[in-house]
Amino acid sequence: MNFEIAITGFVAIYIFMLAAFGGWVIIGDVPAILHTPLMSGSNFVHGIVVVGGIFALLNASTLTEQIIGFVAVLLGAGNVAGGYAVTDRMLAMFKTSGHKSAHASHAKRAAKKS
Amino acid sequence: MYSMIEHLVTGTADLIAAFLFMYGLKRMSSPVSAPSGIRVAGIGMLVAILASFLNAFTVNAAARPHLWVNLGLAVIALVLGASAAWFKGRTVAMTEMPQMVAIYNGLGGGAAGAIAAVELFGNKTHGTTQLVVTLLGGLIGAVSLSGSVIAWAKLDTILKKPLRFRGQRFLNAFVFLASIAVAGYMIFAAHAGGATLLPMASIIWIFFGLTLLFGILMTLPIGGADMPVVISIYNAATGLAVGLDGFVIQEPALMIAGMVVGAAGTLLTLLMARAMNRSVSNVLFSNFGEVSKKKQGKIKGAEKPVEASDAGIFMRYAKSVIVIPGYGLAVAQAQEKLYEFVKLLQAAGVDVKFAIHPVAGRMPGQMDVLLAEAGVPYDLIFQLDDINDDFATTDVALVIGANDVVNPAADTDKSSPIYGMPILNANKAKKCYCVKRGQGKGYSGIANELFYEDNTYMVYGDAQAMLVKMIEAVRGLSAAAA
Repeated sequence: MNFEIAITGFVAIYIFMLAAFGGWVIIGDVPAILHTPLMSGSNFVHGIVVVGGIFALLNASTLTEQIIGFVAVLLGAGNVAGGYAVTDRMLAMFKTSGHKSAHASHAKRAAKKS
Repeated sequence: MYSMIEHLVTGTADLIAAFLFMYGLKRMSSPVSAPSGIRVAGIGMLVAILASFLNAFTVNAAARPHLWVNLGLAVIALVLGASAAWFKGRTVAMTEMPQMVAIYNGLGGGAAGAIAAVELFGNKTHGTTQLVVTLLGGLIGAVSLSGSVIAWAKLDTILKKPLRFRGQRFLNAFVFLASIAVAGYMIFAAHAGGATLLPMASIIWIFFGLTLLFGILMTLPIGGADMPVVISIYNAATGLAVGLDGFVIQEPALMIAGMVVGAAGTLLTLLMARAMNRSVSNVLFSNFGEVSKKKQGKIKGAEKPVEASDAGIFMRYAKSVIVIPGYGLAVAQAQEKLYEFVKLLQAAGVDVKFAIHPVAGRMPGQMDVLLAEAGVPYDLIFQLDDINDDFATTDVALVIGANDVVNPAADTDKSSPIYGMPILNANKAKKCYCVKRGQGKGYSGIANELFYEDNTYMVYGDAQAMLVKMIEAVRGLSAAAA
Protein backbone atom coordinates (compact mmCIF):
# COMPACT_ATOMS: atom_id res chain seq x y z
CA MET A 1 0.00 0.00 0.00
CA ASN A 2 1.16 3.51 -0.72
CA PHE A 3 0.41 6.29 1.75
CA GLU A 4 2.48 8.95 0.04
CA ILE A 5 0.59 12.19 -0.41
CA ALA A 6 0.60 13.73 -3.85
CA ILE A 7 -1.41 16.91 -4.26
CA THR A 8 -1.49 18.39 -7.71
CA GLY A 9 -3.45 20.90 -9.71
CA PHE A 10 -7.14 20.94 -8.98
CA VAL A 11 -6.85 18.88 -5.80
CA ALA A 12 -4.73 21.67 -4.31
CA ILE A 13 -7.23 24.28 -5.37
CA TYR A 14 -10.09 22.27 -3.83
CA ILE A 15 -8.18 22.00 -0.56
CA PHE A 16 -7.44 25.73 -0.58
CA MET A 17 -11.02 26.64 -1.39
CA LEU A 18 -12.56 24.44 1.30
CA ALA A 19 -10.02 25.52 3.92
CA ALA A 20 -10.57 29.20 3.10
CA PHE A 21 -14.32 28.75 3.35
CA GLY A 22 -13.88 26.90 6.65
CA GLY A 23 -11.75 29.70 8.07
CA TRP A 24 -14.25 32.31 6.95
CA VAL A 25 -17.18 30.49 8.56
CA ILE A 26 -15.35 29.62 11.77
CA ILE A 27 -14.28 33.21 12.38
CA GLY A 28 -17.56 34.72 11.21
CA ASP A 29 -19.37 34.38 14.52
CA VAL A 30 -16.63 35.50 16.88
CA PRO A 31 -17.75 38.36 19.14
CA ALA A 32 -15.78 41.64 18.97
CA ILE A 33 -14.62 41.10 22.53
CA LEU A 34 -12.49 38.15 21.37
CA HIS A 35 -10.90 39.80 18.34
CA THR A 36 -7.47 40.30 19.88
CA PRO A 37 -7.13 36.75 21.26
CA LEU A 38 -8.43 35.46 17.96
CA MET A 39 -5.87 37.34 15.90
CA SER A 40 -3.22 36.01 18.22
CA GLY A 41 -4.72 32.51 18.03
CA SER A 42 -4.76 32.43 14.26
CA ASN A 43 -1.22 33.80 14.40
CA PHE A 44 -0.35 30.72 16.47
CA VAL A 45 -2.04 28.39 13.98
CA HIS A 46 0.08 29.56 11.04
CA GLY A 47 3.06 28.66 13.23
CA ILE A 48 2.56 25.21 11.64
CA VAL A 49 5.09 26.65 9.19
CA VAL A 50 7.73 25.26 11.56
CA VAL A 51 6.82 21.79 10.29
CA GLY A 52 7.68 22.95 6.78
CA GLY A 53 10.89 24.42 8.15
CA ILE A 54 11.88 21.07 9.69
CA PHE A 55 11.09 19.34 6.40
CA ALA A 56 13.22 21.84 4.47
CA LEU A 57 16.12 21.65 6.93
CA LEU A 58 16.17 17.84 7.00
CA ASN A 59 16.34 17.81 3.21
CA ALA A 60 19.06 20.45 3.02
CA SER A 61 22.25 19.32 1.30
CA THR A 62 24.31 22.51 0.93
CA LEU A 63 25.54 24.99 3.50
CA THR A 64 23.28 27.76 2.15
CA GLU A 65 20.25 25.48 2.40
CA GLN A 66 21.25 24.42 5.90
CA ILE A 67 21.63 28.01 7.09
CA ILE A 68 18.34 29.16 5.60
CA GLY A 69 16.61 25.99 6.82
CA PHE A 70 17.96 26.63 10.30
CA VAL A 71 16.59 30.18 10.16
CA ALA A 72 13.23 28.83 8.98
CA VAL A 73 12.95 26.46 11.95
CA LEU A 74 14.20 29.12 14.36
CA LEU A 75 11.64 31.70 13.20
CA GLY A 76 8.85 29.14 12.93
CA ALA A 77 9.52 27.87 16.45
CA GLY A 78 9.35 31.47 17.68
CA ASN A 79 6.02 31.91 15.93
CA VAL A 80 4.56 28.76 17.50
CA ALA A 81 5.82 29.22 21.05
CA GLY A 82 5.21 32.95 21.22
CA GLY A 83 1.80 32.74 19.63
CA TYR A 84 0.72 30.05 22.05
CA ALA A 85 2.14 31.83 25.10
CA VAL A 86 0.37 35.16 24.50
CA THR A 87 -2.92 33.64 23.35
CA ASP A 88 -3.12 31.31 26.32
CA ARG A 89 -2.31 34.17 28.69
CA MET A 90 -5.00 36.41 27.24
CA LEU A 91 -7.68 33.76 27.20
CA ALA A 92 -6.90 32.56 30.72
CA MET A 93 -7.34 36.11 31.93
CA PHE A 94 -10.73 36.41 30.33
CA LYS A 95 -11.94 33.33 32.12
CA THR A 96 -10.59 33.85 35.61
CA SER A 97 -11.29 37.57 35.93
CA GLY A 98 -14.80 37.11 34.60
CA HIS A 99 -15.57 34.36 37.07
CA LYS A 100 -13.81 35.98 39.99
CA SER A 101 -15.62 39.29 39.65
CA ALA A 102 -18.93 37.53 39.19
CA HIS A 103 -18.30 35.64 42.39
CA ALA A 104 -17.13 38.78 44.15
CA SER A 105 -20.26 40.73 43.28
CA HIS A 106 -22.41 37.79 44.29
CA ALA A 107 -20.61 37.64 47.60
CA LYS A 108 -21.09 41.37 48.09
CA ARG A 109 -24.77 41.16 47.37
CA ALA A 110 -25.10 38.29 49.77
CA ALA A 111 -23.21 40.25 52.41
CA LYS A 112 -25.46 43.28 51.93
CA LYS A 113 -28.60 41.21 52.33
CA SER A 114 -27.44 39.70 55.57
CA MET B 1 9.10 -0.31 4.18
CA TYR B 2 10.25 2.55 6.40
CA SER B 3 8.94 5.08 3.96
CA MET B 4 5.51 3.46 3.88
CA ILE B 5 5.17 3.55 7.68
CA GLU B 6 6.57 7.07 7.72
CA HIS B 7 4.00 8.25 5.21
CA LEU B 8 1.20 6.54 7.12
CA VAL B 9 2.22 8.06 10.46
CA THR B 10 2.93 11.59 9.24
CA GLY B 11 -0.19 11.51 7.10
CA THR B 12 -2.32 10.56 10.10
CA ALA B 13 -0.58 13.09 12.35
CA ASP B 14 -1.15 15.88 9.83
CA LEU B 15 -4.80 14.91 9.52
CA ILE B 16 -5.24 15.03 13.29
CA ALA B 17 -3.41 18.37 13.46
CA ALA B 18 -5.54 19.91 10.73
CA PHE B 19 -8.72 18.78 12.49
CA LEU B 20 -7.55 20.06 15.88
CA PHE B 21 -6.65 23.48 14.42
CA MET B 22 -10.11 23.95 12.97
CA TYR B 23 -11.81 22.61 16.09
CA GLY B 24 -9.60 24.76 18.33
CA LEU B 25 -10.35 27.93 16.38
CA LYS B 26 -14.04 27.08 16.51
CA ARG B 27 -13.87 26.76 20.28
CA MET B 28 -12.16 30.15 20.43
CA SER B 29 -15.31 31.84 19.17
CA SER B 30 -16.89 32.01 22.63
CA PRO B 31 -15.29 33.34 25.83
CA VAL B 32 -16.42 30.26 27.78
CA SER B 33 -14.75 27.66 25.57
CA ALA B 34 -11.90 29.86 24.27
CA PRO B 35 -9.17 28.86 26.77
CA SER B 36 -9.68 25.20 25.87
CA GLY B 37 -9.67 26.16 22.19
CA ILE B 38 -6.07 27.30 22.21
CA ARG B 39 -5.08 24.13 24.10
CA VAL B 40 -6.80 21.94 21.53
CA ALA B 41 -4.90 23.75 18.76
CA GLY B 42 -1.72 23.43 20.83
CA ILE B 43 -2.06 19.64 20.99
CA GLY B 44 -2.51 19.57 17.23
CA MET B 45 0.67 21.59 16.82
CA LEU B 46 2.63 19.29 19.10
CA VAL B 47 1.48 16.21 17.18
CA ALA B 48 2.42 17.79 13.85
CA ILE B 49 5.88 18.91 15.03
CA LEU B 50 6.76 15.53 16.54
CA ALA B 51 5.58 13.71 13.42
CA SER B 52 7.58 16.03 11.19
CA PHE B 53 10.80 14.53 12.53
CA LEU B 54 9.77 11.26 10.89
CA ASN B 55 10.66 12.99 7.63
CA ALA B 56 14.19 11.95 8.56
CA PHE B 57 13.41 8.47 7.20
CA THR B 58 12.54 9.73 3.76
CA VAL B 59 15.01 12.54 3.08
CA ASN B 60 16.35 12.83 -0.46
CA ALA B 61 19.59 11.12 -1.40
CA ALA B 62 21.64 14.33 -1.54
CA ALA B 63 20.72 15.24 2.03
CA ARG B 64 21.30 11.76 3.51
CA PRO B 65 25.00 12.31 4.46
CA HIS B 66 24.00 15.49 6.32
CA LEU B 67 21.07 13.92 8.14
CA TRP B 68 22.50 13.88 11.66
CA VAL B 69 23.84 17.41 11.37
CA ASN B 70 20.49 18.59 10.05
CA LEU B 71 18.59 16.78 12.80
CA GLY B 72 20.85 18.41 15.39
CA LEU B 73 20.38 21.82 13.79
CA ALA B 74 16.60 21.33 13.75
CA VAL B 75 16.48 20.50 17.46
CA ILE B 76 18.77 23.43 18.34
CA ALA B 77 16.71 25.85 16.26
CA LEU B 78 13.46 24.55 17.75
CA VAL B 79 14.67 24.85 21.33
CA LEU B 80 16.34 28.24 20.85
CA GLY B 81 13.47 29.86 18.93
CA ALA B 82 10.73 28.38 21.07
CA SER B 83 12.29 29.13 24.46
CA ALA B 84 13.17 32.73 23.58
CA ALA B 85 9.70 33.47 22.23
CA TRP B 86 7.98 31.56 25.04
CA PHE B 87 9.87 33.49 27.71
CA LYS B 88 9.09 36.83 26.06
CA GLY B 89 5.46 35.89 25.51
CA ARG B 90 4.99 34.88 29.14
CA THR B 91 6.55 38.01 30.59
CA VAL B 92 5.46 40.79 28.25
CA ALA B 93 2.96 43.33 29.60
CA MET B 94 -0.59 43.08 28.28
CA THR B 95 -0.34 46.58 26.85
CA GLU B 96 2.46 45.44 24.56
CA MET B 97 0.41 42.57 23.16
CA PRO B 98 -0.10 44.09 19.68
CA GLN B 99 3.67 44.46 19.21
CA MET B 100 4.17 40.85 20.22
CA VAL B 101 1.52 39.59 17.81
CA ALA B 102 3.20 41.69 15.10
CA ILE B 103 6.63 40.26 15.77
CA TYR B 104 5.46 36.63 16.09
CA ASN B 105 3.61 37.07 12.84
CA GLY B 106 6.78 38.43 11.24
CA LEU B 107 8.63 35.32 12.44
CA GLY B 108 6.05 33.11 10.75
CA GLY B 109 6.30 35.12 7.54
CA GLY B 110 10.08 34.89 7.69
CA ALA B 111 9.91 31.12 8.15
CA ALA B 112 7.55 30.82 5.17
CA GLY B 113 9.90 32.95 3.06
CA ALA B 114 12.90 30.91 4.19
CA ILE B 115 11.24 27.63 3.23
CA ALA B 116 10.59 29.02 -0.24
CA ALA B 117 14.24 30.12 -0.37
CA VAL B 118 15.50 26.64 0.54
CA GLU B 119 13.36 25.14 -2.22
CA LEU B 120 14.67 27.70 -4.70
CA PHE B 121 18.35 27.42 -3.74
CA GLY B 122 18.13 23.63 -3.79
CA ASN B 123 16.39 23.80 -7.16
CA LYS B 124 13.83 21.37 -5.73
CA THR B 125 10.72 22.66 -7.44
CA HIS B 126 9.23 20.39 -10.07
CA GLY B 127 7.59 22.10 -12.98
CA THR B 128 6.32 25.59 -13.58
CA THR B 129 3.33 25.41 -11.24
CA GLN B 130 5.51 24.58 -8.25
CA LEU B 131 8.04 27.24 -9.17
CA VAL B 132 5.35 29.91 -9.48
CA VAL B 133 3.75 28.89 -6.19
CA THR B 134 7.14 28.84 -4.46
CA LEU B 135 7.98 32.32 -5.74
CA LEU B 136 4.57 33.58 -4.65
CA GLY B 137 5.00 32.02 -1.20
CA GLY B 138 8.46 33.54 -0.94
CA LEU B 139 7.22 36.96 -2.00
CA ILE B 140 4.29 37.05 0.44
CA GLY B 141 6.35 35.58 3.27
CA ALA B 142 9.19 38.07 2.83
CA VAL B 143 6.83 41.07 2.59
CA SER B 144 5.04 39.82 5.70
CA LEU B 145 8.35 39.53 7.56
CA SER B 146 9.76 42.96 6.82
CA GLY B 147 6.34 44.63 7.00
CA SER B 148 5.60 43.08 10.39
CA VAL B 149 8.96 44.21 11.72
CA ILE B 150 8.18 47.79 10.68
CA ALA B 151 4.70 47.47 12.23
CA TRP B 152 6.30 46.21 15.42
CA ALA B 153 8.75 49.14 15.47
CA LYS B 154 5.89 51.59 14.98
CA LEU B 155 3.76 50.07 17.75
CA ASP B 156 6.76 49.97 20.03
CA THR B 157 7.26 53.67 19.14
CA ILE B 158 10.80 52.99 17.95
CA LEU B 159 9.60 54.54 14.70
CA LYS B 160 7.51 57.51 15.73
CA LYS B 161 6.41 59.20 12.55
CA PRO B 162 5.19 57.77 9.30
CA LEU B 163 7.87 58.29 6.68
CA ARG B 164 6.52 59.94 3.57
CA PHE B 165 8.21 61.56 0.64
CA ARG B 166 7.50 62.65 -2.89
CA GLY B 167 7.17 59.90 -5.45
CA GLN B 168 6.93 57.29 -2.73
CA ARG B 169 4.13 55.43 -4.44
CA PHE B 170 6.11 55.32 -7.66
CA LEU B 171 9.12 53.93 -5.83
CA ASN B 172 6.94 51.32 -4.09
CA ALA B 173 5.31 50.34 -7.36
CA PHE B 174 8.72 50.18 -9.02
CA VAL B 175 10.18 47.91 -6.33
CA PHE B 176 7.12 45.69 -6.48
CA LEU B 177 7.21 45.42 -10.25
CA ALA B 178 10.95 44.79 -10.14
CA SER B 179 10.51 41.83 -7.81
CA ILE B 180 7.74 40.46 -10.04
CA ALA B 181 10.04 40.93 -13.04
CA VAL B 182 12.86 39.04 -11.32
CA ALA B 183 10.41 36.26 -10.46
CA GLY B 184 9.24 36.23 -14.08
CA TYR B 185 12.81 36.00 -15.28
CA MET B 186 13.44 33.04 -12.97
CA ILE B 187 10.42 31.23 -14.41
CA PHE B 188 11.55 32.06 -17.93
CA ALA B 189 15.10 30.88 -17.20
CA ALA B 190 13.82 27.63 -15.72
CA HIS B 191 11.87 27.03 -18.90
CA ALA B 192 14.49 28.06 -21.44
CA GLY B 193 17.37 26.41 -19.64
CA GLY B 194 20.92 27.39 -20.55
CA ALA B 195 22.93 30.19 -18.98
CA THR B 196 21.31 33.02 -17.02
CA LEU B 197 22.47 36.62 -16.90
CA LEU B 198 23.69 36.14 -13.35
CA PRO B 199 24.29 32.97 -11.36
CA MET B 200 20.91 31.67 -10.20
CA ALA B 201 21.86 32.08 -6.53
CA SER B 202 22.46 35.82 -7.02
CA ILE B 203 19.11 36.18 -8.74
CA ILE B 204 17.39 34.48 -5.79
CA TRP B 205 19.14 36.85 -3.37
CA ILE B 206 18.06 39.85 -5.47
CA PHE B 207 14.49 38.54 -5.49
CA PHE B 208 14.33 38.27 -1.71
CA GLY B 209 16.15 41.57 -1.27
CA LEU B 210 13.56 43.34 -3.39
CA THR B 211 10.58 41.68 -1.68
CA LEU B 212 11.93 42.48 1.79
CA LEU B 213 12.51 46.06 0.69
CA PHE B 214 8.98 46.27 -0.65
CA GLY B 215 7.55 45.14 2.72
CA ILE B 216 9.48 47.91 4.45
CA LEU B 217 8.58 50.63 1.93
CA MET B 218 4.92 49.65 1.90
CA THR B 219 4.55 49.84 5.69
CA LEU B 220 6.63 52.96 6.39
CA PRO B 221 4.09 55.57 5.23
CA ILE B 222 1.18 54.04 7.18
CA GLY B 223 0.36 55.83 10.43
CA GLY B 224 0.63 54.12 13.80
CA ALA B 225 -3.13 54.24 14.39
CA ASP B 226 -3.68 51.98 11.40
CA MET B 227 -1.18 49.35 12.51
CA PRO B 228 -3.82 46.92 13.85
CA VAL B 229 -5.35 46.65 10.39
CA VAL B 230 -1.90 46.29 8.88
CA ILE B 231 -0.94 43.51 11.30
CA SER B 232 -4.18 41.76 10.51
CA ILE B 233 -3.38 41.96 6.80
CA TYR B 234 0.10 40.57 7.36
CA ASN B 235 -1.39 37.87 9.57
CA ALA B 236 -3.59 36.80 6.68
CA ALA B 237 -0.63 37.14 4.30
CA THR B 238 1.57 34.87 6.40
CA GLY B 239 -1.26 32.32 6.48
CA LEU B 240 -1.45 32.45 2.71
CA ALA B 241 2.33 32.08 2.34
CA VAL B 242 2.28 29.10 4.70
CA GLY B 243 -0.52 27.53 2.68
CA LEU B 244 1.43 27.97 -0.57
CA ASP B 245 4.57 26.52 1.02
CA GLY B 246 2.44 23.59 2.12
CA PHE B 247 1.60 22.91 -1.51
CA VAL B 248 5.25 23.13 -2.54
CA ILE B 249 6.47 20.63 0.06
CA GLN B 250 3.28 18.53 -0.20
CA GLU B 251 2.12 18.95 3.40
CA PRO B 252 -1.68 19.24 3.50
CA ALA B 253 -1.66 20.30 7.16
CA LEU B 254 0.24 23.45 6.16
CA MET B 255 -2.09 24.04 3.25
CA ILE B 256 -5.20 23.78 5.41
CA ALA B 257 -3.91 25.66 8.47
CA GLY B 258 -2.37 28.37 6.28
CA MET B 259 -5.47 28.88 4.20
CA VAL B 260 -7.80 28.86 7.24
CA VAL B 261 -5.70 31.63 8.76
CA GLY B 262 -5.53 33.42 5.42
CA ALA B 263 -9.31 33.50 5.16
CA ALA B 264 -9.90 34.23 8.85
CA GLY B 265 -7.32 37.01 8.76
CA THR B 266 -8.92 38.55 5.70
CA LEU B 267 -12.34 38.54 7.34
CA LEU B 268 -10.90 40.04 10.53
CA THR B 269 -9.17 42.75 8.48
CA LEU B 270 -12.44 43.64 6.77
CA LEU B 271 -14.28 43.74 10.11
CA MET B 272 -11.66 46.09 11.54
CA ALA B 273 -11.61 48.36 8.52
CA ARG B 274 -15.40 48.50 8.64
CA ALA B 275 -15.27 49.50 12.31
CA MET B 276 -13.10 52.45 11.28
CA ASN B 277 -15.37 53.14 8.30
CA ARG B 278 -12.47 52.87 5.89
CA SER B 279 -11.63 50.52 3.12
CA VAL B 280 -8.53 48.39 3.33
CA SER B 281 -6.97 50.09 0.33
CA ASN B 282 -7.64 53.43 2.01
CA VAL B 283 -5.65 52.25 5.03
CA LEU B 284 -2.78 51.05 2.87
CA PHE B 285 -2.48 53.83 0.34
CA SER B 286 -4.10 57.02 1.63
CA ASN B 287 -1.30 58.50 3.76
CA PHE B 288 -3.84 58.82 6.55
CA GLY B 289 -3.47 61.70 9.02
CA GLU B 290 -1.64 64.03 6.69
CA VAL B 291 -4.51 66.44 6.07
CA SER B 292 -5.01 67.27 9.71
CA LYS B 293 -1.63 68.90 10.12
CA LYS B 294 -2.58 71.66 7.74
CA LYS B 295 -5.88 72.25 9.49
CA GLN B 296 -4.75 73.22 12.95
CA GLY B 297 -6.15 76.14 14.93
CA LYS B 298 -9.52 76.17 13.21
CA ILE B 299 -11.42 74.96 16.25
CA LYS B 300 -13.29 77.54 18.25
CA GLY B 301 -13.38 77.76 22.02
CA ALA B 302 -10.79 76.80 24.60
CA GLU B 303 -9.91 73.76 26.62
CA LYS B 304 -11.17 74.22 30.17
CA PRO B 305 -9.05 72.59 32.83
CA VAL B 306 -10.60 71.32 36.05
CA GLU B 307 -9.23 69.71 39.21
CA ALA B 308 -9.41 65.92 39.40
CA SER B 309 -10.94 66.04 42.87
CA ASP B 310 -13.79 68.30 41.69
CA ALA B 311 -14.47 66.00 38.79
CA GLY B 312 -14.49 63.01 41.14
CA ILE B 313 -16.99 64.64 43.51
CA PHE B 314 -19.24 65.71 40.65
CA MET B 315 -19.39 62.13 39.40
CA ARG B 316 -20.13 60.89 42.92
CA TYR B 317 -23.36 62.93 42.86
CA ALA B 318 -24.25 62.12 39.26
CA LYS B 319 -26.94 59.56 38.48
CA SER B 320 -25.17 57.88 35.63
CA VAL B 321 -21.62 57.75 34.31
CA ILE B 322 -20.27 56.13 31.16
CA VAL B 323 -16.53 55.50 31.17
CA ILE B 324 -14.73 55.57 27.83
CA PRO B 325 -11.32 54.04 28.29
CA GLY B 326 -8.61 54.37 25.68
CA TYR B 327 -5.05 53.28 25.21
CA GLY B 328 -3.78 56.15 27.39
CA LEU B 329 -5.39 54.41 30.35
CA ALA B 330 -3.37 51.30 29.67
CA VAL B 331 -0.17 53.28 29.14
CA ALA B 332 -0.62 54.80 32.61
CA GLN B 333 -1.35 51.30 34.00
CA ALA B 334 -4.45 52.77 35.58
CA GLN B 335 -7.08 50.09 34.78
CA GLU B 336 -7.17 48.81 38.35
CA LYS B 337 -7.40 52.30 39.84
CA LEU B 338 -10.20 53.02 37.40
CA TYR B 339 -12.13 49.97 38.51
CA GLU B 340 -11.55 50.94 42.15
CA PHE B 341 -13.02 54.39 41.42
CA VAL B 342 -15.93 52.80 39.55
CA LYS B 343 -16.66 50.53 42.51
CA LEU B 344 -16.72 53.59 44.79
CA LEU B 345 -19.24 55.27 42.48
CA GLN B 346 -21.34 52.12 42.33
CA ALA B 347 -21.34 51.94 46.13
CA ALA B 348 -22.68 55.50 46.12
CA GLY B 349 -25.53 54.42 43.84
CA VAL B 350 -24.18 55.76 40.56
CA ASP B 351 -25.02 53.73 37.47
CA VAL B 352 -21.65 53.10 35.78
CA LYS B 353 -21.02 51.50 32.41
CA PHE B 354 -17.97 51.07 30.22
CA ALA B 355 -18.17 51.93 26.55
CA ILE B 356 -15.62 50.30 24.27
CA HIS B 357 -14.94 51.54 20.78
CA PRO B 358 -14.20 48.77 18.26
CA VAL B 359 -10.71 50.14 17.68
CA ALA B 360 -9.96 51.23 21.24
CA GLY B 361 -6.41 50.37 22.16
CA ARG B 362 -3.88 49.37 19.58
CA MET B 363 -5.86 46.37 18.43
CA PRO B 364 -9.58 45.62 18.23
CA GLY B 365 -10.70 44.03 21.47
CA GLN B 366 -7.50 44.89 23.32
CA MET B 367 -9.36 47.21 25.69
CA ASP B 368 -11.69 44.35 26.65
CA VAL B 369 -8.65 42.23 27.48
CA LEU B 370 -7.10 44.99 29.58
CA LEU B 371 -10.33 45.65 31.53
CA ALA B 372 -10.76 41.91 32.06
CA GLU B 373 -7.24 41.86 33.48
CA ALA B 374 -8.24 44.54 35.98
CA GLY B 375 -11.25 42.47 37.06
CA VAL B 376 -14.05 44.47 35.43
CA PRO B 377 -17.03 42.12 34.95
CA TYR B 378 -18.35 41.50 31.48
CA ASP B 379 -21.84 42.85 32.08
CA LEU B 380 -20.49 46.38 32.66
CA ILE B 381 -18.73 46.49 29.30
CA PHE B 382 -20.73 47.63 26.27
CA GLN B 383 -19.77 47.82 22.61
CA LEU B 384 -20.39 50.94 20.53
CA ASP B 385 -23.70 49.97 18.93
CA ASP B 386 -25.21 48.87 22.22
CA ILE B 387 -24.44 52.00 24.21
CA ASN B 388 -24.25 54.96 21.84
CA ASP B 389 -27.92 55.94 22.32
CA ASP B 390 -27.50 56.02 26.09
CA PHE B 391 -25.15 59.02 26.12
CA ALA B 392 -27.99 61.53 25.64
CA THR B 393 -29.55 60.43 28.93
CA THR B 394 -26.27 60.15 30.81
CA ASP B 395 -25.00 62.75 33.27
CA VAL B 396 -21.27 62.30 32.79
CA ALA B 397 -19.05 60.79 30.14
CA LEU B 398 -15.62 60.11 31.57
CA VAL B 399 -13.04 59.86 28.79
CA ILE B 400 -9.76 58.41 30.00
CA GLY B 401 -6.86 58.22 27.60
CA ALA B 402 -9.14 57.97 24.59
CA ASN B 403 -9.04 60.56 21.86
CA ASP B 404 -9.87 59.85 18.24
CA VAL B 405 -12.75 57.51 19.11
CA VAL B 406 -14.69 60.39 20.72
CA ASN B 407 -13.82 63.09 18.20
CA PRO B 408 -17.09 64.61 16.94
CA ALA B 409 -15.26 65.77 13.81
CA ALA B 410 -15.83 62.23 12.54
CA ASP B 411 -19.55 63.09 12.40
CA THR B 412 -19.47 66.72 11.38
CA ASP B 413 -16.26 67.77 9.63
CA LYS B 414 -16.12 66.42 6.10
CA SER B 415 -12.52 67.51 5.68
CA SER B 416 -11.38 65.51 8.67
CA PRO B 417 -9.41 62.40 7.81
CA ILE B 418 -11.53 60.38 10.23
CA TYR B 419 -14.80 61.66 8.77
CA GLY B 420 -17.35 58.87 8.72
CA MET B 421 -15.73 56.74 11.41
CA PRO B 422 -18.36 55.77 13.99
CA ILE B 423 -17.51 57.41 17.30
CA LEU B 424 -18.71 57.12 20.87
CA ASN B 425 -21.03 60.09 21.42
CA ALA B 426 -19.33 61.43 24.54
CA ASN B 427 -20.30 64.94 23.43
CA LYS B 428 -23.99 64.04 23.78
CA ALA B 429 -23.66 63.46 27.52
CA LYS B 430 -24.66 66.35 29.81
CA LYS B 431 -21.11 66.77 30.96
CA CYS B 432 -17.87 65.34 29.76
CA TYR B 433 -14.61 64.93 31.66
CA CYS B 434 -11.50 64.07 29.71
CA VAL B 435 -8.46 62.80 31.54
CA LYS B 436 -5.40 63.45 29.43
CA ARG B 437 -1.69 63.69 30.00
CA GLY B 438 -1.42 67.11 28.43
CA GLN B 439 -2.61 69.24 25.58
CA GLY B 440 -1.92 67.47 22.37
CA LYS B 441 -3.27 65.30 19.65
CA GLY B 442 -4.23 61.66 19.60
CA TYR B 443 -2.32 58.75 18.20
CA SER B 444 -3.53 59.52 14.71
CA GLY B 445 -2.37 63.13 14.99
CA ILE B 446 -5.79 64.77 14.73
CA ALA B 447 -6.96 67.59 16.99
CA ASN B 448 -10.09 66.73 18.96
CA GLU B 449 -13.06 69.09 18.82
CA LEU B 450 -14.63 67.45 21.84
CA PHE B 451 -12.03 69.04 24.11
CA TYR B 452 -13.17 72.51 23.06
CA GLU B 453 -16.89 72.02 23.57
CA ASP B 454 -18.81 73.96 26.21
CA ASN B 455 -19.72 71.02 28.40
CA THR B 456 -16.29 69.41 28.26
CA TYR B 457 -13.79 69.81 31.08
CA MET B 458 -10.21 68.66 30.92
CA VAL B 459 -8.39 66.91 33.73
CA TYR B 460 -4.72 67.21 32.87
CA GLY B 461 -2.38 64.68 34.35
CA ASP B 462 -1.31 61.08 34.45
CA ALA B 463 -4.42 58.88 34.43
CA GLN B 464 -3.34 56.86 37.44
CA ALA B 465 -2.45 59.90 39.57
CA MET B 466 -5.70 61.64 38.59
CA LEU B 467 -7.78 58.59 39.48
CA VAL B 468 -6.05 58.38 42.86
CA LYS B 469 -7.08 62.02 43.44
CA MET B 470 -10.66 61.26 42.43
CA ILE B 471 -10.76 58.25 44.73
CA GLU B 472 -9.38 60.28 47.62
CA ALA B 473 -11.87 63.09 47.03
CA VAL B 474 -14.85 60.70 47.00
CA ARG B 475 -13.55 58.81 50.05
CA GLY B 476 -13.02 62.16 51.81
CA LEU B 477 -16.69 63.00 51.23
CA SER B 478 -18.02 59.83 52.77
CA ALA B 479 -15.57 60.23 55.65
CA ALA B 480 -16.86 63.78 56.26
CA ALA B 481 -20.45 62.59 56.06
CA ALA B 482 -19.77 59.92 58.65
